[in-house]
Amino acid sequence: MNPRSTFARIRRYPSAVAGFAIILLLVGVAVYTVVTIPYSQALADWRGGDQWRMNPVNASPVWTNRLFGGNAPPTLTVSSDGAEVESAAFDGGRQVRIPLALDFPHDDFPSELTLLLSVLGTDRPAFVEATWHRPDGTDIRLGAHRIAGDDRIAISQNRALEGRLGQVPHIGLFADDGGRVLQGTHRLTLEAVLFDPNAELRAELVAFGRVHGLAGTDHLRRDLMLALLWGTPVALSFGLLAAVGTTVTTLVIAAAGVWFGGLIDATIQRLTEVTMILPVLPVLVMVGTLYSTSIWLMLGVVIALGIFSASIKMYRAMLLPIRNAPYIEAARAYGASDARIVLRYMIPRILPVLIPAFVTLIPTYVFLEASLAVLGLGDPVLPTWGKILNDAQAQGALYNGFYYWVVAPAVLLMLTGLGFALFGFALDRIFNPRLRSA
Amino acid sequence: MAVAGLRLDRRVREVGGFALFVLRRVVALVLTVMVGVYLTIVVANMGGQVDELRLIQIRADVSEAVRGDPGIVPAERAELIERQVALEVERLNLDQPFIWRSLDYLRRAMLLDLGRAEQMNSDLGSRQVAAIITERLPATLLLFGTANLLVFAVSIFAALGLSRRYGSGMDRTVVALAPTSAAPGWFYGIFLILVFAFVVPIFPPGGMVTVPPPENPIVYALSVLHHMILPVLAIFVSSIFVSIYSWRTFFLIHSSEDFVEMARAKGLPDRMIENRYILRPTLPPIVTSFLLMLIGLWSGAIILEQVFNWPGLGTLLFQAIGFRDTPVIIGGVVIFAYLLAVTVFLLDFLYALLDPRVRVGPDGGRR
Repeated sequence: MNPRSTFARIRRYPSAVAGFAIILLLVGVAVYTVVTIPYSQALADWRGGDQWRMNPVNASPVWTNRLFGGNAPPTLTVSSDGAEVESAAFDGGRQVRIPLALDFPHDDFPSELTLLLSVLGTDRPAFVEATWHRPDGTDIRLGAHRIAGDDRIAISQNRALEGRLGQVPHIGLFADDGGRVLQGTHRLTLEAVLFDPNAELRAELVAFGRVHGLAGTDHLRRDLMLALLWGTPVALSFGLLAAVGTTVTTLVIAAAGVWFGGLIDATIQRLTEVTMILPVLPVLVMVGTLYSTSIWLMLGVVIALGIFSASIKMYRAMLLPIRNAPYIEAARAYGASDARIVLRYMIPRILPVLIPAFVTLIPTYVFLEASLAVLGLGDPVLPTWGKILNDAQAQGALYNGFYYWVVAPAVLLMLTGLGFALFGFALDRIFNPRLRSA
Repeated sequence: MAVAGLRLDRRVREVGGFALFVLRRVVALVLTVMVGVYLTIVVANMGGQVDELRLIQIRADVSEAVRGDPGIVPAERAELIERQVALEVERLNLDQPFIWRSLDYLRRAMLLDLGRAEQMNSDLGSRQVAAIITERLPATLLLFGTANLLVFAVSIFAALGLSRRYGSGMDRTVVALAPTSAAPGWFYGIFLILVFAFVVPIFPPGGMVTVPPPENPIVYALSVLHHMILPVLAIFVSSIFVSIYSWRTFFLIHSSEDFVEMARAKGLPDRMIENRYILRPTLPPIVTSFLLMLIGLWSGAIILEQVFNWPGLGTLLFQAIGFRDTPVIIGGVVIFAYLLAVTVFLLDFLYALLDPRVRVGPDGGRR
């Protein structure tokens, strides 16, 4: 089959073009990801930790605001760097007053309120007292703290304050009498006594938002974008490697069995029957639980179970008539070796028929990887789509209304499946003329 | 006389050949099941490594029990621990080398003596693996049986209809929708749960009956039905289009056979052509795929049941693997292997009875 005419025919199928476009898009995302976020950095970031501390917990993507017409707050920070700090020196120290103004025009409460303080230039702890001034004129004392070095005051976890407000502070401080959000400028005044004339106090008020980035965040404040991006090369390479590993080896084994016949063929047939009676997913779950959930081991087992799969029987049926074809006889007559006949004459003959099946096989393995991850047997370090789904399920994402957590990876999985399937089905109609008339 | 004798002789030879064929298939299948089950035993025991974990576990449990008992004199403790560990080791046969024990497992598995579970028990408290499995089997059969029967029946009828008027709008739609089956059932399950259990809460997100289970059997059945709708829908959506598509292609190829064209040329009515000329000769592959579907239905159950929290065999197997309860794992796989092997054998047997070409190899000689 002439490659050029094949290409021209593929172009005539809109579904093939659409599928191919989706595949190209995914490959583009995968390449972009691997180039911009190095593998080691992705793993380190996904393990979680301090680099995520400025992210909100379980925040929706920013676009949900636009989609549902809401005006949920992003994470807002007010720093003392731009504030008008009043300072008065006294003997042996300084008294400072830092006003922090937080503009809050949103119609949903922040998800968390934290005050980051650091005392610079001295070892002696400072004494800080905080007061919250609301737009409606009421003042609420937040309490006093002794601060040494860097400190993080979680206002949201202030139990005494919660008791006074009757609600968690990040809601209580922002709510009016009717329970609605009090919009306008909220002010936090810090009155501090520093016991060193050269000491300095820096403050940062963080009102964690309800929306973050294009993908939102999970329960560990991690940006889901990282896993969505890195899931792409992982899914594509797993699908591709597994599909190549199973089809190519299966094809070579089937062809060898047909060519040599006899004992070799019989052995291959019996091995195929053995693998046919083994349930694949339970075996994978067993391997994952008992040995290791490394994605490479899983890939190996998938390929091992896939080599002697039922498709050997199908290939055999296709290859049997070829075995006695005149051109094979001609090859034998001029003294071609067994390997040459199998690899160069028999396999290429049925390859066109198998390409569509190969393309549609890729998403099967992509979903298999996701299935394992959803069962909690995903690779322990790699960020993948299936692991996002697993986290979401473990944290009751649907129950708590964090729909974005499930929808984003699911849509990507669907897109992958659809892209390869559209392309594969169209190829099937092109390469197998018997179906084309239909 | 001589002619009759010859005919009888040929008859005997034919029956003999058939018996030989059946015998060979039985031996091959038993060997197949044996190898498959043995592989599972080795994997499930990590090639014997699970035993070491078990020994440590036994020692820890026994020491804790003995130390916690104030009635035992400290001097006797060490001896008592040793004695109890030895008893437990003997109970679990851990004193024999793994290779012998694995062969013993194999022998008992092949005889369908599934033994006792190590950690798990059935809801009624039985430790018998057979009891545990039979308790979970109905749930899986109910769910997957219903869904697969539905898919099977709908796709055959839809495919027949479509093959009659291929190229129509309906036909194109089904062909266009076939790629949606790239996603497995659990995947659609997640979406269905999202939409129909949370956004529009009209169905429960998981489980099999309401808690506590209703006393009235009719209410109970209705509750099960209500819980079944989403998982059945998930399986149905994930496989219906590709199933219709492949059956349609199958029927189309068959309806261009010469004898069908001939029937058409004779002017026979469509229904008759369908029933007599298309469905009847294609019945063997239809029956095959139906039987294989019935057997294979639970191999994908493990994750769908997990997503829908359905108390079936898949969930059981997942729990058993988590507990490293090898007798239960092996029991599940053995049942699966046996069911599949028996089905394959029955199919072989039926085909050999119906179609002499099967008994004879492609080169004309006997296989």
